[in-house]
Amino acid sequence: MPIDLVVNVFVAGLLTGLVYGLMALGLSVIFGVVRVVNFAHGEMMTIAMYATVVLFAALKLDPFLAVLPVAAGFFAFGYGLQAAVINPFVTRPETSQFMLLLAVAMVLVNGLLIIFGPDARNVQVAYQLESWAIGPILVDKARAFAAGAAVVTAGLLVAFFRYTLVGKAIRACADNYHGAKVVGLNIKRLYALTFGLGSVCVAVAGCAMVLLVDVTPALGMAYTLLAFVIVIVGGLGSMAGALLGGVLIGVSEALAGLFFTPSAKSMFSFALLILVLLFRPQGLLGRKT
Amino acid sequence: MTDRKGTNRRQFNQVVAATVTLSALSPFGIARAQGAKLKVGVLLPRSGVQSFIGQSCQKGADLAPGVIREMLGVDVELMNADTETNVDTARTRAERLIQEGAQVLVGPFDSGAAAAIAQVAEQRGVPFVINIAAAPQITEQGYKFTFRNFPTAVDLLRNGLGLIGELFQATNTVPRTAVFMHVNDTFGQSMAKGIGGILPRLTQLPFRIVETISYDPAAKDLTVEVSKAKATRADFLLLVCRLNDAIILRREMVKQRWNPMGIIGPGNPGMYENQFYRALGKLSEYCISNVPWYNPRNELTKRVDAAFRKQNPKDQLMFHALNVGYTFEAILIAADARKRAGTSDPKALADAIRQTDIKSRMMLGGPIKFNAKGQVEGLASACIQNLNMHPTVVLPASAAEAKPVFPMPGYKA
Repeated sequence: MPIDLVVNVFVAGLLTGLVYGLMALGLSVIFGVVRVVNFAHGEMMTIAMYATVVLFAALKLDPFLAVLPVAAGFFAFGYGLQAAVINPFVTRPETSQFMLLLAVAMVLVNGLLIIFGPDARNVQVAYQLESWAIGPILVDKARAFAAGAAVVTAGLLVAFFRYTLVGKAIRACADNYHGAKVVGLNIKRLYALTFGLGSVCVAVAGCAMVLLVDVTPALGMAYTLLAFVIVIVGGLGSMAGALLGGVLIGVSEALAGLFFTPSAKSMFSFALLILVLLFRPQGLLGRKT
Repeated sequence: MTDRKGTNRRQFNQVVAATVTLSALSPFGIARAQGAKLKVGVLLPRSGVQSFIGQSCQKGADLAPGVIREMLGVDVELMNADTETNVDTARTRAERLIQEGAQVLVGPFDSGAAAAIAQVAEQRGVPFVINIAAAPQITEQGYKFTFRNFPTAVDLLRNGLGLIGELFQATNTVPRTAVFMHVNDTFGQSMAKGIGGILPRLTQLPFRIVETISYDPAAKDLTVEVSKAKATRADFLLLVCRLNDAIILRREMVKQRWNPMGIIGPGNPGMYENQFYRALGKLSEYCISNVPWYNPRNELTKRVDAAFRKQNPKDQLMFHALNVGYTFEAILIAADARKRAGTSDPKALADAIRQTDIKSRMMLGGPIKFNAKGQVEGLASACIQNLNMHPTVVLPASAAEAKPVFPMPGYKA
């Protein structure tokens, strides 16, 4: 097999994996702090994709410029969702939380179906079909920009949690819920902020993803599942783990498609999941509880 | 005692008695069978991965009642159901349509769904006229209520591969290698199996397949598949696709700067649909599909075209040719049988469908006549090339609207 083919496929898998990682990062951040598994995660990304499509159709706004209004809207949406709907469920059994977020997912999917119908939609920007040639390697521009956005967003998020007072307070909540309460932190507000930040990750991922795949209302479920696989492989609650998991899944799917059969791509990501669950249940970068 | 309109008590009692009798008989289908309207259950994938094609087929169903009433004087009532591009949903929707009184089922543009609906139709004794579905096994099961006015995958391929030979002759080209890519659903697998069986016997074709790559029709990304195909350095791409994957694949070819001599579909949908042109613009140009097509000169085609334009003023029949044509003909077959049977009883309808002999038709090929297996034979294909953003017949020469362009020119991203 030609080496340039392998490298091309590897690079494509790596870039796609970074976008996957950003999408899963939102899930991981929310779980790491709020301890709620967001079953509406993929559906939220689908809404971000539709928002990008609408902004492009109405204002010819490039998806990477649409990131700003979409992310702002998603922060408000995530904050409001946590404050108004999820907070009362934080102390309830996990099954209640699952059902609540599944219900939210159903509402979102059907709302999208009513508004946009079942047809696939996309944006068409000038660079979408272009690629850079680096020797025999072709790098898809849209994919590279999307991966770049993922890396920048992840970096900003890490910096926020590490260097800002609010970020440190959120980490304190995640590390010791009762301790945070004792020192007077407003837990509910911090939870809402965290959900808002997780939603911003989803929004950026959605804006980037719309350059790579066409969006339909039913798209969300597959990406919710993919996000779960990624965060379980990387380590639930670990930001670096989410990115690593995304890259591993992206690259393994691409190489499996190349060396075996493309039809069996997703089989390999689930095989990786089983291996991680068997030999390192906390995930590659997760902490033992 | 007589009321002011002249109805006496005896007449009133007779009417009441008749109504009660009809009501009592209707659960057994006795009265229903004599109903004036033919209730046609139309099963199509109007949402999901195949939604564009399903909605395209639906246009053919929607115009059918009006055209058929004019032609045959038969009133057709459509009972529409969405299969959601899902085999299980197709099965349950078929069950529900029959429960709700459908006397004939039509659809479903998918071999997997057709196989599931055929089982329901057989169990319930309701005729099922397939509009589009090519898997040969559907009419090889000995079913008594399943009929297909569409070529099997083998016939599609035989016609399609034959036209590829004619294309090479017409353009004086001799491609030596092809990479074969196909969707891995029921239809795609049938086509792949057919190509494996037929191609070695067609010694007049100058090319051999250097690699076969299957993929999921619901795939969101075909980077790996296209990379593998490009690496074969094959002269042209032989592609059995659906619509959405065809769009993704074509975009990926541009991204990867892969310029084969051509992209040829040997008997599949995907590259002549309106959405293909809308989504890809100029990138849709020169793709070739060897598929069953309508005869633009036929009287019935002109009639359907007029009805189509009336219902879809902003659209053109040519973008829905196969989908509208075969869906319309499926309902026409049912209505024709209803007229000859003189009843809407499903079993009588099935017997009448078996005796169908419709000579004046829309699609290319001989008369609509079913063989003992419920299959229409002698259906023809045309070589359709995307030229100037619309499907154009380029072969056979007798029906050609333009000359074929092969190899296709390179594109600029």
